[in-house]
Amino acid sequence: MTDAPEPLHRALGLTDSELEDIRSVLGREPNHLELALYGVMWSEHCSYKSSRLHLKRLPTEGPNVLVGPGENAGVMDAGDGIAVAIRIESHNHPSAIEPYQGAATGVGGILRDVFTMGARPLAVMDPLFFGELTDARQRWLLEGVVSGISGYGNSVGVPTIGGELTFDDCYAANPLVNVLCTGALPVDRLVLGIASGVGNLAVLLGSSTGRDGIGGVSVLASAGFAGEDGAASLDDAKRPSVQVGDPYEEKRLIEACLELLDRGLVVGIQDLGGAGLVCATSETAARGRVGMDVDVSAVPLREAGMQPYEIMTSESQERMLAIVTPEGWPAVAELCAKWEVRATVVGRVVEPSVGADGSSVGMLRIRDGFDGPILAEVPAKSLADDAPLYDRPRRRPLDFDTIAADDPTEMQPRGNPNDDLLAMLVDPAWVYRQYDSQLFLNTVVGPGRDAALLRLAGPGLPASQRGIALSTDSNPRWCALDPRQGTAATLAEGVANLACVGATAIAVVNCLNFGNPEHPEVMWQLSESIDGMGEACRALGLPVIGGNVSLYNESGGRDIDPTPVLGLLGLVERLVSPPPGWGYAEGDSIVLLGTRAATSGYPHPLGGTRWATMHGRRGGRLGTFSFEEFARTTRFVAETVAAACAGEPALFTAVHDVSRGGLGVALAEMASVAGVGIRAHSVASHQELFTELPGRFVVATKDPENVLSAAAAAGVTASVIGVASGQELAIDSLISLSLATIRSRHSGSLRAALDAVG
Amino acid sequence: MGVVVFPGSNCEYDAVIAVEALGATATFVWHTATKLDGVDAIILPGGFAHGDYLRPGAIARFSPVMAAVADFAAAGGPVLGICNGFQVLTEASLLPGALQKNRGLTFLCQPTTLVVSSTRSVLTREAQVGQELSIPINHFSGSFTCDDDTYASLVENDQIVLRYRENPNGSRDDIAAVCNLDGNVVGLMPHPERAISALLGSEDGRVLLGGFLGRPAFA
Repeated sequence: MTDAPEPLHRALGLTDSELEDIRSVLGREPNHLELALYGVMWSEHCSYKSSRLHLKRLPTEGPNVLVGPGENAGVMDAGDGIAVAIRIESHNHPSAIEPYQGAATGVGGILRDVFTMGARPLAVMDPLFFGELTDARQRWLLEGVVSGISGYGNSVGVPTIGGELTFDDCYAANPLVNVLCTGALPVDRLVLGIASGVGNLAVLLGSSTGRDGIGGVSVLASAGFAGEDGAASLDDAKRPSVQVGDPYEEKRLIEACLELLDRGLVVGIQDLGGAGLVCATSETAARGRVGMDVDVSAVPLREAGMQPYEIMTSESQERMLAIVTPEGWPAVAELCAKWEVRATVVGRVVEPSVGADGSSVGMLRIRDGFDGPILAEVPAKSLADDAPLYDRPRRRPLDFDTIAADDPTEMQPRGNPNDDLLAMLVDPAWVYRQYDSQLFLNTVVGPGRDAALLRLAGPGLPASQRGIALSTDSNPRWCALDPRQGTAATLAEGVANLACVGATAIAVVNCLNFGNPEHPEVMWQLSESIDGMGEACRALGLPVIGGNVSLYNESGGRDIDPTPVLGLLGLVERLVSPPPGWGYAEGDSIVLLGTRAATSGYPHPLGGTRWATMHGRRGGRLGTFSFEEFARTTRFVAETVAAACAGEPALFTAVHDVSRGGLGVALAEMASVAGVGIRAHSVASHQELFTELPGRFVVATKDPENVLSAAAAAGVTASVIGVASGQELAIDSLISLSLATIRSRHSGSLRAALDAVG
Repeated sequence: MGVVVFPGSNCEYDAVIAVEALGATATFVWHTATKLDGVDAIILPGGFAHGDYLRPGAIARFSPVMAAVADFAAAGGPVLGICNGFQVLTEASLLPGALQKNRGLTFLCQPTTLVVSSTRSVLTREAQVGQELSIPINHFSGSFTCDDDTYASLVENDQIVLRYRENPNGSRDDIAAVCNLDGNVVGLMPHPERAISALLGSEDGRVLLGGFLGRPAFA
């Protein structure tokens, strides 16, 4: 042990070699303020330094991509003069410390990313991951996160239209709170976060700046938690690094910014998120290849005595940076006054300097007064773009083969398949009832179904009859067994979900939640997962238009299961009638579409399934499937449902894809909604009942012959497996359950788990 | 027809869409306005006026526009408060009672079935007593409450306009909507503007809004 204090750069999250890099960029020793700027901008959270090398392997281009990865949000051309912006992010670490504010500010942050592009935010989705609810802390986390999303999202006025809910012990100390936002804009209003025009002003809009969230990206989001028990010891000292949200401020900020953009009063605009003012000023300057002078003394503060490094790195919420012309400034100030939004000139766009090699270098200069002393002076690009890239060591886990060999497929069912099926039924309605899912009168299919479906409409948009569909998908159990194949299958699952509401997928965004990248096994998982995503995207012709990486989801040395969350955006050409749901009528035929067996290995594998996990079996192999067959089946479903959306007579009365919990859960969920039972046959075993092989759909129809012939014409496997009848779900000799039992378990299980005492 | 917009309102565009779907035209009225020129009806839309900080509607009642709304109502002009608008009208004493937090202490966004209790209000004048309407709710503080004397006068004067068939939030006597003595000022917690097309799940809101606007519900 030594009594020497930790060197400043290490306390700021910089390594010794990163300090050397900074010295070489500046050609001198950095001062304390400069070190603090690099500390946040070169954090894992801001710089993607461990993942960027791998992310480059993803396909990012396509015919309708207007903006790909690297901007605040990806943007697709949706037709009819409308562009759709989409973005997904994590707010995992803050939510683990302070669930209400962590989740609330996650929503606020992603909204700013979307309206920064000129888009009005139209919908939010929230994939959530917790430990098992038998643990009181998990119940506290779930209730806190849900009320944070509800409290902020409802008030700010953006509907929350879906998400996911996953429980697994691996999230007990590291809950995951991801949030996806989509918005729309007239194509010609698209704006980018660029500073240009020497002499233009950088105007800080919104909240005053306080000490909340200082070091959020570096202290909180780019390190694991030390607490081993996931309980009270969980790093209470980090709580001050969590920001506090104000949805009312955000609402006024959204309206003010959209009106500024509508009236053409801004040259560029950028939100203040992680790393606050230093991030917004250095990124806009770097993109515009200009310099920027920032006057820290001009920034409105919440408290006295804040140091320049605190002002520059604070993550106080509800702030934006707008670049405006001096002539436009009076109109900007007046418009902001109407919305009661504070607007302050804090910076000026200046000429770039000339570097040693003659090239122009945009410098970010932090000053005390515009003509006052220079407190820091660094190349903006070095902060924004030039963090070191790490090719961290990767290693296939040593126990990978052992785990793969421990396959649950041949395990005899323990107990009764009826009990297994009931135990897998969870209706998340208790969660989504707390979210306003209908604002803007666009929600045709809301939360709780395979995918959400919205009319493509909103204030200020050209008229359109199109619809957009959204889903978020993840399957950490699949990805734990095989991150490459698991991620590919997760993407397929998302495409299948969109097909259920008649939509064809057009773009992907991803939120990659992984453990500590300094563990070679975690880097291997990340790299494999990215390659699996890339393979599936190429096979299905989908571009990746944005993403977010959340690393260091570990506690006490234990990493979470690899959890890539994929957000999919789909289009419906003409949406005038709602697609079929899960409900059907007495006498309808029940048809299974898609492959009946894996392409290799066990025909009905159980590795990675909810059924196996429930029985404590976490090994085995995933089922293999053919992307060609998957694409044929999915296209057939999407086109058939899209015809119903366009107002043609519906061939299906109900449609649902087979996913977690397999065919058994799919049939039970449909029966629960329909209020009519099913007599099903040709399910030979519990393996066939619970396997989660992708690319299968259950549909109900009054016209089975027509469905079978249309499927055959499309090259899709289809068979009638049952009929809708009575008040019982009966599947061969495997399942015999009354509808009343299914409905009560389905709707009551989450509430019962939350009401548990202990 | 005017739609009042407070900072923090968020259903103002939806109200306009619904009004226009019924063939009327609407203009926004900013909360600092002191006159309501040229409008023949007023809607106070849903949302979180002034953030609903302190208490829903407690700050909005002091917005300058509320004096003009009170004058408009006193002159017999039709005024409709939806959700947050209802909360504002009770805080401004233009309607009796108050809205407290839901019985279950969570926000609720879900379909409800309403039963028409009275047709003497501008909102329900085209409906039938006993008629059932499928219209969603979307609120945290939607549990209607009032003291016993107020309740007795509401009953006596036929001011209870709509009731929930299955009470979702603990409202006294299942009350979803009330009107003033003259029937020209109405507040309801459910959102009729969210129920104007089969594509969105229900058209039943047209019966209420069509009556309010004096226009046919289904043109």
